[in-house]
Amino acid sequence: MDIKELHVNGSARPVAADAERSLLSVLRDDLDLTGTKYGCGEGRCGACTVLIDGQPTRSCQRAVGDVAGGKVRTIEGLATDGKLHPLQEAFLQAGALQCGYCTPGMLMAALGLLSRDPEPSHDDIARALSVNVCRCGAYARIVAAVEQAARVMKGGDK
Amino acid sequence: MSQRHPSEFPLEPERYELLGNVPPSFDLDRRAFFRLAGAGVVVALLADEVVAFQPGRQRPGGAAPKELGAWLHIGEDSAVTVFTGKVEVGQNIRTSLTQVVAEELRCPPARIRLVMADTALTPYDFGTAGSRTTPAMAPQLRLVGAAARELLLDLAAEQGQVKRETLTVAEGKVNGPEGKPSFEFGQLTKGKKLVKVIDDKTPTTPAEKWTVAGTPLPKVDGSAFVTGAHRYASDVKRPGMLFGKVLRPPAFKAKMTAVQTREAEAMEGVVVVRDGDFVGVVAPTEHRAARAIAAVRAEWKFTEQPSSDELYKYLKEHPAAGRGGPGGGRPTTRGSVKDGLKQADKTVEGTYTIAYIAHAPLEPRAAVAEWEDGKLTVWTGTQMPFGVRRELATAFGLDQEKVRVIVPDTGSGYGGKHTGEAALEAARLAKGAGKPVKLVWTRQEEFTWAYFRPAGVIEVNAGVRKDGTLTAWEFHNYNSGGSALATPYDVANVHQEFHGADAPLRQGSYRALAATANHFARESHMDDLAHAVGLDPLAFRLKSLKEPRLRAVLEAAAAQFGWGKAKAPEGRGFGLAVGTEKGGYVATCAEVSVDRRSGAVKAERVVTAFECGAVLNPDGLKNQIEGAAMMALGGALFEEIRFKDGKVLNARFADYRVPRFRDVPVFETVLLNRTDLPSAGAGEAPMITVAPAVGNAIFQATGVRLRSMPMVPQGFRAP
Repeated sequence: MDIKELHVNGSARPVAADAERSLLSVLRDDLDLTGTKYGCGEGRCGACTVLIDGQPTRSCQRAVGDVAGGKVRTIEGLATDGKLHPLQEAFLQAGALQCGYCTPGMLMAALGLLSRDPEPSHDDIARALSVNVCRCGAYARIVAAVEQAARVMKGGDK
Repeated sequence: MSQRHPSEFPLEPERYELLGNVPPSFDLDRRAFFRLAGAGVVVALLADEVVAFQPGRQRPGGAAPKELGAWLHIGEDSAVTVFTGKVEVGQNIRTSLTQVVAEELRCPPARIRLVMADTALTPYDFGTAGSRTTPAMAPQLRLVGAAARELLLDLAAEQGQVKRETLTVAEGKVNGPEGKPSFEFGQLTKGKKLVKVIDDKTPTTPAEKWTVAGTPLPKVDGSAFVTGAHRYASDVKRPGMLFGKVLRPPAFKAKMTAVQTREAEAMEGVVVVRDGDFVGVVAPTEHRAARAIAAVRAEWKFTEQPSSDELYKYLKEHPAAGRGGPGGGRPTTRGSVKDGLKQADKTVEGTYTIAYIAHAPLEPRAAVAEWEDGKLTVWTGTQMPFGVRRELATAFGLDQEKVRVIVPDTGSGYGGKHTGEAALEAARLAKGAGKPVKLVWTRQEEFTWAYFRPAGVIEVNAGVRKDGTLTAWEFHNYNSGGSALATPYDVANVHQEFHGADAPLRQGSYRALAATANHFARESHMDDLAHAVGLDPLAFRLKSLKEPRLRAVLEAAAAQFGWGKAKAPEGRGFGLAVGTEKGGYVATCAEVSVDRRSGAVKAERVVTAFECGAVLNPDGLKNQIEGAAMMALGGALFEEIRFKDGKVLNARFADYRVPRFRDVPVFETVLLNRTDLPSAGAGEAPMITVAPAVGNAIFQATGVRLRSMPMVPQGFRAP
């Protein structure tokens, strides 16, 4: 069975994809939303993290047919009208990236956390991002950036 | 013609992936006009076209081109474009190199764009390895920036009919004397090519006077990374592009005896590409390509081979042909170790083992290949674009000019992307399919078919007097490598040697090379010696350490840590280590907790003091130091490749443990900024003292000396 439509970043996008294919592949290859990355294909690195109805989801593990009417948000949908999201600003300010390949997944996982817990502790952040790997080892800066963004956002994703 | 490697530095023996792949160097550039012009003479300042520089041409011995236009261009809009063959892999050299050009050109960094690692556009470069960008490319680009600045002054003097001495360059403009107008760069150069031979003696700005270099400029293009807009090689898309997969043997060294591809060929849109033992497929989607490759039936002949359980015995029993093994390696001997051991009050002997580990860059090997009119273009993530160009040209029998390798800023490398496997495979598939092809290695392929950090055995035997004087030091490294093998401590009687082995797995460069293994063994052993004669590990080291740069980092780390001020609480230990590699000087003090019941071991606090000459970007440097320490904790505590019968047993992130958020210690980093010394690279050296500092802390906490890397793959187990 083919999937004909996917709701991504606020709009319904026509697709023609085999339902068995991963959401990751359809986002990247069919919709050219390449900000979401392949890292392991086993849901153990978090590079492919997107939000589905606000829930951080490993898009490499999700068949596109199982997304159904879910609303998908990818890294491309994080900045609005060319204005960076506070999380993105905080990552830049903290220098919370090196090669940047893990960054979209980190940001989406962090967004998922902050939308359900606007004031997470250091440990809450580490736990929420525990699946996400930064092989360059910028972890300490990533935690600091999420804390900083939480302070800026002062109680909710705008 | 001599067979010199075109590298800019002597290659260490453990760069196995590059051996047997050493090309002769040719003087290809016969049209270089500046030889006629004579060095240092400005013939004409601007040219309408490219008359001399052929990008990507390799010079004898890898020498850098002298033509300014090869390196730097100024557009009519005054935008500055700089060309370098170096690769951005997360070490943030795009930023630091931008800073050095901005500094010399007296121009805002935002106006400078670096074109990096495109063999059709940038000067030939050996590769981004060995921490060479900062000590070699940064001075080169400083000279380039300075030469361009001087050229702009010449042009302004000529066009404005004013005395050159009255002109200054500041904030991206050439300013005339009072009352006279200033010149925009673009107004002076009119978008034309800058024609000038770079004079090595062009004055550059000393580090004490830097205002742009030496500052914490944020990552250039950072917003492209946080918005997902940056296109890595694995994100490149070409018209009509198909997706490829390659058939992998089920075990190392397995030979194909039969193959049947009918089922795969029957799939809609699938093309099977065969070329000798190479079998691959292309398909309109990655999903279908994966199904097609799974449908290929092959039979294999297997070869018996050692497993990780017998690795260290195997390495010692299988020496490589020739002394020192591949790459050579002469022993260093002073005095007599035998006599030195006799003079000692205490002797300590120990054998250390180093497991194979994987780089596991988060972006696996990836390439997009496209053929057009017999020319090949490949976008790929590699640290050696010109090396990959050569591999491709050789594989397809092409002139190097017919091959273009483009390396977008890459999802890390750590020394693991010096070769062009994915590029070659994608190019084969694209040739067979007649369409552009993308090939992205799976994580399992990356864990299996890339090369590993060499495993090794290190044997140390040393003697010490009660007052802490070292009397003998014998050190043998089997297979892991020769980097930083020599002790920096004062010892009268020394024998140190690297022994190559006929290694069971494909192995090669890994960030910091064997400096990590050799420092682990040496600095663990130094701790044992201090313990044997009842001396404090810090005082014991300082007694035999003459090099002032080593003493400085050791003392700085100890002071920041508060070494000797307090005793470690129950269940915790303190440890320290010091060392040098690739021009960087580093000391680490670690506080480690050991839960004897659960076996959990955690680095709680890691203090690093680092000195690499004049600092180009203090925040970028701290980021590298913390990141290197984080990565080093993996190899120190739990990372190891396990293998049996030619198969990697833990080729997944679920089974191969990498450092994660839960492993993060509190980092404190002390930078010693020596503006009086040339800048050295910093991507590697900060790794080397982490494992021994952590091991020494575990020893203090438990009284147990762990001599294997990783130290606690299954958690701490008291013997």
